Amino acid sequence: MQPAVQATMEFLKLYWVPLLCGVIIVALLPLIAGYIVLVERKLMADMQVRLGPMRVGPHGLLQPIADALKLLIKEDIIPENSDALVFWLAPVLSVGAALLALAGLAIGPAFQVAQDINIGILFVVGISAMGIFGIVLGGWASNSHYSLMGALRSSAQLVSYETAAGMALVAGLLFAGTLNIKAIVDAQQSAGVWFGLLSPVALFTYLVASIAETNRAPFDLPEAESELVAGYMTEFSGFRWALYFLAEYTNMVVVASVATTLFLGGWLRPFASVHWLDFLDYFPTLLMVLIGVYCLIRVPKQPSRVHQLFMLAVAALCFVVALVLLAPVILPIAHPFKAGILGSFWFLLKVGLYLYLFMWLRFTLPRYRFDQLMRLGWHFLIPLSIINVLLVGIALIAGSYFQLQGWALLLATTPAAVIGLVAAIVLLSVEQKTHSAAAPSAAADFYGG
Amino acid sequence: MGEGESGHRKRAIGEYRTAGEVEGETPLSTEVTTEHITQLGADELVINMGPQHPSTHGVLRVKLKLDGERVIGSECVIGYLHRGVEKIGENRTYQQFAPYVDRMDYVAAVSNGLGYCEAIEKLLVVEAPPRARVIRTILTELQRIASHLLWLGTHALDIGALTPLFYCFREREEILKIFEKYCGARLTTHAFRIGGLQYEAYDTLEKDVERFCKDFTSRIVEYEDLLTQNRIWLGRTKGVGILSAADAIAYGVTGPVLRASGVKWDIRKAMPYAAYDQYKFEIPTGTAGDTYDRYMVRMEEMRQSRLICLQAIENIPTGPILAKVGKVLKPPAGEVYHAIEAPKGELGYYVVSDGTVQPYRVRIRPPSFVNLEAFDRMVRGHLVADVVAIIGTLDIVLGEIDR
Amino acid sequence: MADEPKEPQPPPVPPGDKPASTALPSAPAAKAPDAKAPAAPARPAPPPPKPPVSLQTPLNNELVARLRGKFDAAIVEAIEDRKQAIVTVARERLGEIALYLRDEEKFDMLSDLTAVDWPRREKRFDVVLNLYSFAKNERLRVKAHAADGEKVPSMTGVWPTANWLEREVFDMFGIIFEGHPNLTRILLPEEWQGYPLRKDYDILHQDTAWVKENLGIESGQ
Repeated sequence: MQPAVQATMEFLKLYWVPLLCGVIIVALLPLIAGYIVLVERKLMADMQVRLGPMRVGPHGLLQPIADALKLLIKEDIIPENSDALVFWLAPVLSVGAALLALAGLAIGPAFQVAQDINIGILFVVGISAMGIFGIVLGGWASNSHYSLMGALRSSAQLVSYETAAGMALVAGLLFAGTLNIKAIVDAQQSAGVWFGLLSPVALFTYLVASIAETNRAPFDLPEAESELVAGYMTEFSGFRWALYFLAEYTNMVVVASVATTLFLGGWLRPFASVHWLDFLDYFPTLLMVLIGVYCLIRVPKQPSRVHQLFMLAVAALCFVVALVLLAPVILPIAHPFKAGILGSFWFLLKVGLYLYLFMWLRFTLPRYRFDQLMRLGWHFLIPLSIINVLLVGIALIAGSYFQLQGWALLLATTPAAVIGLVAAIVLLSVEQKTHSAAAPSAAADFYGG
Repeated sequence: MGEGESGHRKRAIGEYRTAGEVEGETPLSTEVTTEHITQLGADELVINMGPQHPSTHGVLRVKLKLDGERVIGSECVIGYLHRGVEKIGENRTYQQFAPYVDRMDYVAAVSNGLGYCEAIEKLLVVEAPPRARVIRTILTELQRIASHLLWLGTHALDIGALTPLFYCFREREEILKIFEKYCGARLTTHAFRIGGLQYEAYDTLEKDVERFCKDFTSRIVEYEDLLTQNRIWLGRTKGVGILSAADAIAYGVTGPVLRASGVKWDIRKAMPYAAYDQYKFEIPTGTAGDTYDRYMVRMEEMRQSRLICLQAIENIPTGPILAKVGKVLKPPAGEVYHAIEAPKGELGYYVVSDGTVQPYRVRIRPPSFVNLEAFDRMVRGHLVADVVAIIGTLDIVLGEIDR
Repeated sequence: MADEPKEPQPPPVPPGDKPASTALPSAPAAKAPDAKAPAAPARPAPPPPKPPVSLQTPLNNELVARLRGKFDAAIVEAIEDRKQAIVTVARERLGEIALYLRDEEKFDMLSDLTAVDWPRREKRFDVVLNLYSFAKNERLRVKAHAADGEKVPSMTGVWPTANWLEREVFDMFGIIFEGHPNLTRILLPEEWQGYPLRKDYDILHQDTAWVKENLGIESGQ
């Protein structure tokens, strides 16, 4: 008994940080995902000349909680002839895979649940691919033809774009030379330039592929009502549906984190290696102070006492966060925490920007039809990402031949990027021509032109 | 009042046509069992876009026969909104029937009212005074813009663009405010009376219309920025739902659908009514007859309507607004068919009078009813995802189809 | 030719302000009783009733002449009413006349196909076709009388528009169109009994059996 307890204590002493992170993530992520949904609704409303949720709580801030409560107390409907075990398991698989993938990601040098895995990126990508099981099993367990069709379509889409995403990641990994997440960010720090700048084509390809990976517009046909049903999610009501939804938003965070880590410098501030730009370390504090001041200015303009108090509370929170962000920069005793705290801020900022881009595209673009979606993936994105890997490889060889380091590497990679852009345009126009040649004849078969 | 929905009546499995017989004009057999739909592995599948569906723009039921992904046949089941308006018409006086007419195409009530009032005026052989005709023209053109805006927003929403809907409704709101100031109602306006107008134009009508028209150009540019050159929009609408000019005429299709197929015909130019002969405007036509052309035609029509409004408000004649028709209307026995260019197509009123205060027969020829007949022709060979785009591009209103 | 007027309409035919229809016979009124009837005897001696004014005049333009030349007795009547040309034809030959009108006279669009019920007449139904010619920019109305039970040739072979229009006429009036590919009810449920737009179908009438069976309520009112 004693050795067992002792072994447990040893384990906890070593791994209390990742365990804590894990618990925090699982406990908090539903809340965070709910608030990401709220942010999306508010952004959508803003772009659509309206206000969004305003009723529940001040400015609608309690909306996610109300939604979660509502979903929890809804009746749990299970289709009659469905396989109950699989019906229960499917959303669990989706959410489990998504949350597990989060374990491999790091928002700061120390904040990682699965510390220092050698295969970091591969682990994340592989586990999030397991989420596809959740979709297929969900569609199958619904015992409905339409749901199954929708699930198969969705999984076909995910698998196709997984390839493109993977090749884009390979291009980035060619620069990094390692799969370990911390090592990738350190490589970007020592290179002094983000890998996204070195290979913008890879970043672009990963962006498009990740939108398709998470079933977001313009690739959200499997979820849209022109599918005649809501796809694989139709038969899931109440909390089961909430789990799928949570899985989708968690996946969004995962792909944003992977892109940030590999292409956008992870937790590094812009120009992390340029020391005369160290004053940029004050930027997070400045930003929070500005937001706090803006909240303070808006306090008198609030319609009611409750709103005013609330705004004051938000302003106070902003100032507290600003102080927390200032401390590691100014106080010498807090210096070891500088990379962690400031790094988390930069990481979250970049993930936020990436998610903002997701949302912006959702509100602006119409939806691709399924065959157009698949054609885009196979005829455009995959060839482009493979060509990009070749070009990046050649650029790296040229770079090492001429011994280009850091920023100088851009001299080699920019021509590669330009050639990649040209290749993209060529691929697009070829696909356009073959597509427009195909469509009328197919239709003409059926009614003689 | 249509057929009941899934599961309540079991009928025998009917005969299914094979893909080779697609070219015939005969529709699907109506004997379909719902159990068959959930069996996997069938080569052909009949699926149902039921009357309750977010994208059918009303209670329309569409039965689609699929071969894998492709639609090889379709059948529209209508009648869920049938209210017996034509029968009611025989039991009301001419003036009493006027509000019913707004409720048919409830999206463009002012046009319906215009057509009806003009038809009865033709029956009575009276003419509305010039001032009334010009104000009628202004309101009808504003209503055309409003109807097309609603069409654009919902059509874009079906194809997945979430944002144009709200922009379009923002403009539509301005027009509805003008209607509200004019006659008190936004949607079912009953704006016109037989013989002219009841209400004088309110004092800032011209200013309001002018302000709306001035802002409207930049708004159309907004919509076009979002959609017209967008790759995805082009991919979803070009080549989808092609209707040739010969087919369009044969199927009696009218309105923007006909014009997009290449037939340059607009009742406002061919047989002018109200004050349309006084104004200069173009008739946009398309060439390919696909969804994209119909979109472009309607966008251009909005611009032309705006031009008509601007021309009209420059010179509204003074004078009476109501011809002397008396309180009791007893048109001489006979009949009349009067058609106007409603936003959706040719809206025709065939009114038979027997000399009494109530019409003997009121027949309304709804443009959407006839346009929907062409749906089967347009949808064959397309994928299921295109069905929604094609329903949207026809711009149907079930209130008008079912009456 | 009787065109739809391109210029503003001519001044009203009857002189004076009100339409002269004050004392028409109420013979075809198979509807709700006229509320003015009880009031009339209370007034002082009304003026002698004027003969009913009809604005329908016989039509004898080139189109009618050509039609008469080709179809002779099948063209029963040709009148002009308020500047619209109306030609009444024999029901049996409606098919060939329609083909002739579409092909030779270029009336390529069928705007509307409907029916009117005159129950006091021997052939109670008027099947009315409103045609339009793009080339000539003119409208023509073609009517055919049909008795209850007589079949009318279907226009679907001539103008495919007629498909749903004839189904609606069948639905509302019960007129059978011969040669129609799918003559079933279109607006009302398939099992509905009765033809609502007939004049003997009261406005409050409904197929209570259908309502009870399918909606589960006693009445739709």
